[in-house]
Amino acid sequence: MGLTILVFAKQVPDTKNVTGKAMKDDGTVNRAALPAIFNPEDLNALEMALELRGRFGGKVIVATMGPPTAANILRHALYMGADETILITDRKFAGADTLATSYTLSCAAKKVGTFDVILCGRQAIDGDTAQVGPQLAEKLDIPQLTYVEEIRDVKGGKLRAKCQIDGGFEVVETPLPALLTVIDANTPRPAGAKRLMQYKKAVTRSELLAKSGGADYEDANRLAEEEKRLKKSNLWIHEWSAADIGADPNRIGLPGSPTKVKNIQSVVLAGGTYKDIPPTEDGIKGLVHDLVAEHILS
Amino acid sequence: MSKKIGNVWVFIEQDGGKIADVSLELVCKGRELADTLGTKVEALLLGHNVKGLCPTLHSLGVDNVFLAEDPRLNQYSPIPYTKVIIEQIKKHKPNIILFGATVAGRSLAPRVASKQLAGLTADCTELRIDSFEDKASGQTLPNKLMQIRPAFGGNIIATIVNSWDDPQMVTVREGVMKMSEAKPGRKGDVTAIKVELDEADCLLQIIERFKEEKSVNLKGAQIIVSGGYGMGSKDGFALVKKFAEAIGAQVAASRAAVDAGWIDHDHQVGQTGVTVRPRLYIACGISGSVQHRAGMAESAKIIAINHDPAAPIFSIAHYGIVGRVEDVLPKFVKAYKGHG
Ligand SMILES: Cc1cc2nc3c(=O)[nH]c(=O)nc-3n(C[C@H](O)[C@H](O)[C@H](O)COP(=O)(O)OP(=O)(O)OC[C@H]3O[C@@H](n4cnc5c(N)ncnc54)[C@H](O)[C@@H]3O)c2cc1C
Ligand SMILES: Cc1cc2nc3c(=O)[nH]c(=O)nc-3n(C[C@H](O)[C@H](O)[C@H](O)COP(=O)(O)OP(=O)(O)OC[C@H]3O[C@@H](n4cnc5c(N)ncnc54)[C@H](O)[C@@H]3O)c2cc1C
Repeated sequence: MGLTILVFAKQVPDTKNVTGKAMKDDGTVNRAALPAIFNPEDLNALEMALELRGRFGGKVIVATMGPPTAANILRHALYMGADETILITDRKFAGADTLATSYTLSCAAKKVGTFDVILCGRQAIDGDTAQVGPQLAEKLDIPQLTYVEEIRDVKGGKLRAKCQIDGGFEVVETPLPALLTVIDANTPRPAGAKRLMQYKKAVTRSELLAKSGGADYEDANRLAEEEKRLKKSNLWIHEWSAADIGADPNRIGLPGSPTKVKNIQSVVLAGGTYKDIPPTEDGIKGLVHDLVAEHILS
Repeated sequence: MSKKIGNVWVFIEQDGGKIADVSLELVCKGRELADTLGTKVEALLLGHNVKGLCPTLHSLGVDNVFLAEDPRLNQYSPIPYTKVIIEQIKKHKPNIILFGATVAGRSLAPRVASKQLAGLTADCTELRIDSFEDKASGQTLPNKLMQIRPAFGGNIIATIVNSWDDPQMVTVREGVMKMSEAKPGRKGDVTAIKVELDEADCLLQIIERFKEEKSVNLKGAQIIVSGGYGMGSKDGFALVKKFAEAIGAQVAASRAAVDAGWIDHDHQVGQTGVTVRPRLYIACGISGSVQHRAGMAESAKIIAINHDPAAPIFSIAHYGIVGRVEDVLPKFVKAYKGHG
């Protein structure tokens, strides 16, 4: 019993703490200047999911589409309290825009099977579009509530939530299953120390293979045993490819993306071209005089 | 040879019979794009008893309003709105659709794009028509919409093109596009749409709703004095208000000042606040984060007052005063009062 809650989370470059140029001269993202983090509002979504499980019981499944290193945010989700995690990864997903991303996530949601609530962050801090949530809801043919601040209640197959609107708020009731996009209105719990010790050993199949130095025929049995053991102790991060989720190759990655990036420019600040006004009475008097003369101030 | 280009559409967001400013701004932009393409501008107006809004739209350049009136469309709701709009897209095949990047617009546009399998570009700051060389197909596509937008937290500007034509969809934030002058009395058509919704489309129920008119309108302000976290405290922030009053300016703030509770969110400038383009913007104790700059970099003249000469705000300022706000602002007021 209880609720099956599916959280979609994205690993993103930390755009707030850019330590160098965001883009390399060849126009690709300079990952070195941008450490990879758990998308902030997805932490809020996960926190909301864990609170929901606390109130109504059930389980929390966290899934991400991304490169193999995105498994790091899934381990973090386990430290915070997630029950199960899924890495959706395949070279074929590369270059996805929001339409292809939401299609891919919808295939994964269908493979999970039944769920009551899907939680997304409102927006990822790299693409900044806030489009994936509503598109995923449409693909799954379920209602969406966006900019959710808090879940008021879940009762009789219905969920009631408070959502931000322009200039105010709405309390809306939706039948389940439904998808909610969540804003930064709660404080995500820190990783639990005990859980951290336990789940830092959680791995995907690829990570397990890499750890054992690449599998050869002899290893196969041993690895299968190891996989069984990890699954039993809940240290297994599911790893799904495009084929595993039954995705149409024409609807994922670059081929499935109508929007094409024509070019990208780094925002480089000009710097040092302003007129330096001394913070003295005379300095400021001079500035005011100039502004009035140019009709900027009257 | 060339197939006929579809029209430019603008989704009109209205609440209680009042059109959102961003929709009017987009009508003006839509007019400009349509003139370049030689097409019409058409508006999508959904609501209950909203026919009276059509003349305003016509006066700003709309040639035809698709009007869908139904009590169930009174308030925005994703599923019924999507259904009505998709039917019209299928029927009339527009070339471009513009949506405001409001909370409702950012819910509706992606839902429509997903259903239509169309590309959607978020938060565009510039839109223009140009040809596009599609490297994938080796073809040059004429008359495509260049969709220019910041991403990566404002660290980059990307030009995005929709390589599928069905239609080209974008969202734009309020205050980004300029209004042009209305021509009262300009005539246009109204096409009433028959609204067909069933119970399964109307699943969401609004239990409670609270909405207030904005207490300020910074978008139209000519002179803005903006205070940041460097004002130090609520009392410190009062200095910004006094300063603004003295020189006849409107008060704005950075998010850090809003978060600190010194002033309410309506005054926030930036990526998650308003975008302003005044004649003069005076930034007091604001560091100049990318998110803040996103909302004010287009100001005609910028004065930065900050005691840290390395603060990024100086890099976009026209005048910089390296000093403490509590020291500089009173001197400014004195100089202004002493003038003329
Ligand atoms: C410079 C630049 C500009 C771009 N502009 C556009 C554009 O205008 N239109 C467009 O269609 N695409 C655009 N993209 C592509 C877009 O960033 C990717 O499609 C991305 O996979 C999802 O979009 P987002 O980052 O905006 O996510 P958002 O839509 O902002 O994400 C909302 C929520 O969806 C969930 N989510 C998103 N991605 C994933 C994931 N991979 N795994 C799990 N959950 C996820 C998370 O819960 C997240 O909080 C752009 C990319 C770049 C580099
Ligand atoms: C998704 C997202 C959206 C955001 N949206 C917005 C937005 O819309 N608008 C916005 O503003 N921010 C936004 N932010 C926040 C933004 O990143 C910055 O945190 C914020 O702009 C900082 O505000 P500030 O410059 O006032 O404060 P700080 O960065 O703390 O800067 C204070 C400045 O005051 C100076 N100072 C201190 N004391 C004095 C003194 N006595 N005299 C003179 N100078 C002094 C300091 O040198 C410093 O430069 C957003 C962030 C995120 C992640």
